[in-house]
Amino acid sequence: MTRLLVLRIVAKILIPFMLMFALYVQFHGDFGPGGGFQAGVIGAAAIVFYALIFGLPAARRMVPEPVVETMVALGVFLYAGVGLLGVALGGNYLDYFVLAADPVAGQHRGIFWVEAGVAITVSGVMLKIFYMFAGRRRDLEEGR
Amino acid sequence: MIAGQLPALVVVVPLAAAPLVVLVRRPVAAFAIATAACAFSFFAALLLAAEVAGAGPISYALGSWPPPWGIEYRVDAFNAFVLVLVSGAATVVAPYGWRAVAAEVRRDQLYLYHATFCLCVAGLLGMAITGDAFNLFVFMEIASLASYILIALGRDRRALLAAYQYLILGTIGATFYVIGVGLLYLVTGTLNIADMAARLPAVPDLRPVLAALAFVTVGVSLKLALFPLHFWLPNAYAYAPSAVSAFLSATATKVSVYVLLRFYFGVFGLPLVVETLPMPQILLALSIVAIVSASLVALWQTDLKRLFAYSSVAQIGYITLGIGMASREGLTAAVVHLFNHGVTKGALFLLVGGVALRAGGAGFASLRGLARAMPLTALGITLAGLSLIGVPGTAGFVSKWYLVIGAIEAGRWWLAALVVATSLIAVGYVWRFVEAAYLAEPGPATPARGEASPVMLAPAWLLVAACLWFGFDTSFTVTSARRAAALLLGGAP
Repeated sequence: MTRLLVLRIVAKILIPFMLMFALYVQFHGDFGPGGGFQAGVIGAAAIVFYALIFGLPAARRMVPEPVVETMVALGVFLYAGVGLLGVALGGNYLDYFVLAADPVAGQHRGIFWVEAGVAITVSGVMLKIFYMFAGRRRDLEEGR
Repeated sequence: MIAGQLPALVVVVPLAAAPLVVLVRRPVAAFAIATAACAFSFFAALLLAAEVAGAGPISYALGSWPPPWGIEYRVDAFNAFVLVLVSGAATVVAPYGWRAVAAEVRRDQLYLYHATFCLCVAGLLGMAITGDAFNLFVFMEIASLASYILIALGRDRRALLAAYQYLILGTIGATFYVIGVGLLYLVTGTLNIADMAARLPAVPDLRPVLAALAFVTVGVSLKLALFPLHFWLPNAYAYAPSAVSAFLSATATKVSVYVLLRFYFGVFGLPLVVETLPMPQILLALSIVAIVSASLVALWQTDLKRLFAYSSVAQIGYITLGIGMASREGLTAAVVHLFNHGVTKGALFLLVGGVALRAGGAGFASLRGLARAMPLTALGITLAGLSLIGVPGTAGFVSKWYLVIGAIEAGRWWLAALVVATSLIAVGYVWRFVEAAYLAEPGPATPARGEASPVMLAPAWLLVAACLWFGFDTSFTVTSARRAAALLLGGAP
């Protein structure tokens, strides 16, 4: 492990910034390039990076499998829920105009939650795929 | 308020049910949510069909962005009929899955089956209801990805290979479709199907339109398993869990047929498809080869599931034969058969699933003397088999009747004779089952006496009853199909 000292310290410094950058991309999606998909990928990449340096078990302790699976479903549900909220407030499905008194503010609010849903699901799916592939190789090595 | 939202809710409820199922995880709750969502969609589809029959097409602007800018959900006489078929099949298959899938899928993966099933239902319903060519692609991908997973859940390890094969071919199909839509977007500047149809005649350069037609035809034909693009189908249906085979055979290829019809008659239009290009002749030739060759191959199968899978390829041939006639009677026959074959094949796969579960497989060895071991199942397969042949008094007869009338009206007596003659091959493969089940002595592989669980038998027999019901009372099916045919022929620019 001592050989990885540099990597471990660099990772510890970088990971908070990666997570921060994910949030920046997420919220900047309103005004320029960015949005939920990219933010979700960057957020998941931070965890993948953590797993590469500190090992898969450590990453699994930090973000356990059930949490990842809940994220996958929760994001989609949030997206669909925003759509249904539009229906409940008297508009059509995915109607953001009715989400606030001012239609433009309503659009803003709608896309905010939809993008949040996208980010949650995308990072969940990224991690799920990573866990499955990484875990598979581990299991094979242990079997040998 | 809710009535006006039905076009969205019919798709959104199963779509939202899928993540909910994953969140609750418990098999019982997952099953309850999935079944309730399918039942809701069926109810909504019936209401929509009734409304469309009375008041004409419904247009629903998603997100309140008016079409053609926003995504439009458009329900008319044709896709309301398809919606009823898909959601009805889902509602019948969902309770069947309670016992059948529990026996075939690992317990900790059961909730994933239910979630994927909901996604598949939502995707197919979305494909049928949307009035936007690109949105259709998105739903096609949702339905296809879900069906790859569902097929791969089969107990047999060959299910994985079958799912992979379908994944490769299905992806090529979807890609071709989206290339076709891209070309159409390039020349018309719109993705709304109705808007596209209105702008297409004004397009000066025909070449990209012809390329789009070719791409859409090949892409969708892969999805609907038109000969010679059917290679994925027999393995996929044979190795998938029974509930999945039943649901996919009743709906997936049928929705693709709907997409083909929608594009041929609702976008490209009759003059282009029939006069500029020899599409009817191509479809006729391919359909005839599909019917004859797949029926003959079915005759030699040693496994009942594979036999019915090959018979599906042949029956899809009858549907495309009706499209190839490009006449009112031909299209009526195609749309009626789309429904009737869905019901018939659904019943057959559900019943065969019961046999496979009791006997550990559906090979002909385990079918010997089945009438004594599982009398209700054997009778059900025989009755649905009669509908597959097209014996008078069954749903299959109604479709073949209109096909024959369509052929005679077009002055093609040989085609009418061919439809009747190929039905004889169907007699052959259904007889093989009857012979094994009723005339042979039980062998060592025959399951012990006892029917499949009532939870599985009841949905299957419901569909068998539907085969017989729609053979006598054609008011729903034929009236809907006639309306759809009129819409397709009249709606073309």
